Amino acid sequence: MSATKMYLLSVHMVEGEKPPSEETMQTMYADVDRFNQKLQADGAWVFAGGLLPADIATVVRAQPNGEVLTTDGPFAETKEHLGGFWVVKAADLDAALALAAEGSRACQGPVEVRPFQEVPEQ
Amino acid sequence: MSDSTPPSASGTERVFREEYGRCVAALIRFLGDIDLAEEAVQEAFTVALEQWPLRGLPPNPGAWITTTARNRAIDRLRREASRHDRHREAQRLLDATTTTPEERAAEEGPVSDDRLRLLFTCCHPALAPAAQVALTLRLLGGLQTAEIARAFLVPEATMAQRLVRAKRKIKGAGIPYRVPREAELPDRLKGVLDTIYLVFNEGWTASAGDALVREDLCAEALRLARVLVELMPDEPEAVGLLALLLLTHARRAARTRADGTLVLLTDQDRGLWDQTEVAEGQALVRACLRRGAPGPYQIQAAVNAVHSDDSLDERQRWQQVLALYDLQLRLAPTPVVALNRAVALAEVSGPETGLAAIDALREPLAAYQPLHAARADLLRRLAREAEAASEYRAALELTANETERAFLESRLAELG
Repeated sequence: MSATKMYLLSVHMVEGEKPPSEETMQTMYADVDRFNQKLQADGAWVFAGGLLPADIATVVRAQPNGEVLTTDGPFAETKEHLGGFWVVKAADLDAALALAAEGSRACQGPVEVRPFQEVPEQ
Repeated sequence: MSDSTPPSASGTERVFREEYGRCVAALIRFLGDIDLAEEAVQEAFTVALEQWPLRGLPPNPGAWITTTARNRAIDRLRREASRHDRHREAQRLLDATTTTPEERAAEEGPVSDDRLRLLFTCCHPALAPAAQVALTLRLLGGLQTAEIARAFLVPEATMAQRLVRAKRKIKGAGIPYRVPREAELPDRLKGVLDTIYLVFNEGWTASAGDALVREDLCAEALRLARVLVELMPDEPEAVGLLALLLLTHARRAARTRADGTLVLLTDQDRGLWDQTEVAEGQALVRACLRRGAPGPYQIQAAVNAVHSDDSLDERQRWQQVLALYDLQLRLAPTPVVALNRAVALAEVSGPETGLAAIDALREPLAAYQPLHAARADLLRRLAREAEAASEYRAALELTANETERAFLESRLAELG
C-alpha cells in the first residue's frame, strides 16, 4: 500500500584529492559490498555502480542539423565529478536519507539524495 | 445555532490567525497537497468573510472552516476531474467523503496531530533553516508572504520564491507528512524548537523594519511554542522553550528606553516586567526541571527564571546562573556556552577572573559579536580604556542591529 519513490544516491569525487590508502580502500569496498547486499535483501535495490575517473569520459552531442559532435573529457568543467551511485526505492525522503547515511558511512564520503521524476501511471 | 452578535472583520481575522494552521494541516492530510490545501482554506475564509457578519459566528469556527474548505476542494476537484483525467485523485476523495456521519465526526474531531505533522514537515532538516522558518510562519501561522518578507527584510518576490521552492521540495523529494518515529524524535524535535526560537529571535532582535511586524513574530513564536507544548506535553525541552520565550518576552517593555536605546538586564525597571508571563515562565521552569532531563532550552529558561526571581539578591542570582552554565557546559561544551559562563563568572568572582576565562575563547569566537562586547565591558570596568575602546570597535564592526550599535557607540563615547 505504501507508495514508493525512487532516489538517486550519488557519491561525488573531488579531483586532485589525495587518494585513500590501500587499507582504507579495502574497508570501503567491503563496507559498500555489505551495504549493497542489505539493499538487495530489503528490496530497496534498483541499481548501483562505481565509475572510472571522469577524465576518460566522452561527451556526444546531437546537433540540430543532424551532425554528431564528439568531445573528449567530462561534460562539466568542475573539480567535482560523479564517482558512483545507487538507485534505490524508498517510501519517502526520510527512508531515503536513512539509506544515504548508511551509504555515506560505507563509502566514507558525502552522498547526495535526489528524487527521480514520478513515472506517470499507465 | 449561532452567536447573536455578528463578528466584525477583525473578529474573522482573529479566527483566521488562530485557526489557519489547524485547518491547513487537516486539509493537507485530506488532500495530500499543500497548495491545494492552502487554496481551499483561503477560499473558505473568503466565504466566512461574506457570511459571518450576516449570520454570526458558527459555534466552532475552526471546524466550519475545515468543512467548508473540504467541500470546496471536492467541488473543485470534481469540476477539474471532468476536464482533465489527471485529477484521478478526485475519485478517491469523493469516495472518502461518502462515509457515515459517525466517521466524518471522528475525522473532524481532535485532529490536533495534524498540526504536529505539519510542524515536523515544515521543520524537516532537508529544508534550509530560512525555508523552515518561512514555511512555518506561512502554513502554521497563516502569515501572508508579504508580511513574512517584511519581517525578514527581503523583497516579497524573494520570499514567495523561497516558499514555492520549499513546497516543491516537500512534494518532489517526498518529505513525509508525519510525526517522526521515537528513534528520530530527539533530533527532529530539536529542529522544530530551533525554528520556533529563530522566529522569536527574529522578532526580538531584528535590526530594522516595522515594530508591529516584529512584535507579531514574537507573539507567533509564543503561540507555536504553546501549540507544541499542548501537543507534546511530555517533552521537557518543548516546555523549556516556551518558558524561555515567556521569560524573555516579559521584559519587552523594560528593555528599551523611550528613545529606543537599549537597557541592560541589570539596569532594567523590574516593575515594567509582565508579571503574568514571568509567573507562568517560572512555573514551567520548575515543572520541566523536576523531570531531571535538562537540555539547552530548559537551562536557558532556568537562567532567565533566576534573573526574574525577586526573592534573591543580585549576587545570589549570579551564583545560581553560574551553576546553571556549569551544568550546561557539562552537557554541551561549546565556546558560546563557555562565554555565557565566563560572563556569569565575572559577576561572581570579579571582572579580572571573568576576563581571563573570556580570553581563552578569543580564538574560536573571533567573529562572534557578544565575545567582543563582553570583553569590552570587562576591560572598561577594569579601567583599561584603550583596550576597551578597541574591543568596542571590534564589536561594532560585527553589529548589524541599530539598537545594539547605539548602545555600543555610547559606551565607546563614554570612554573619551
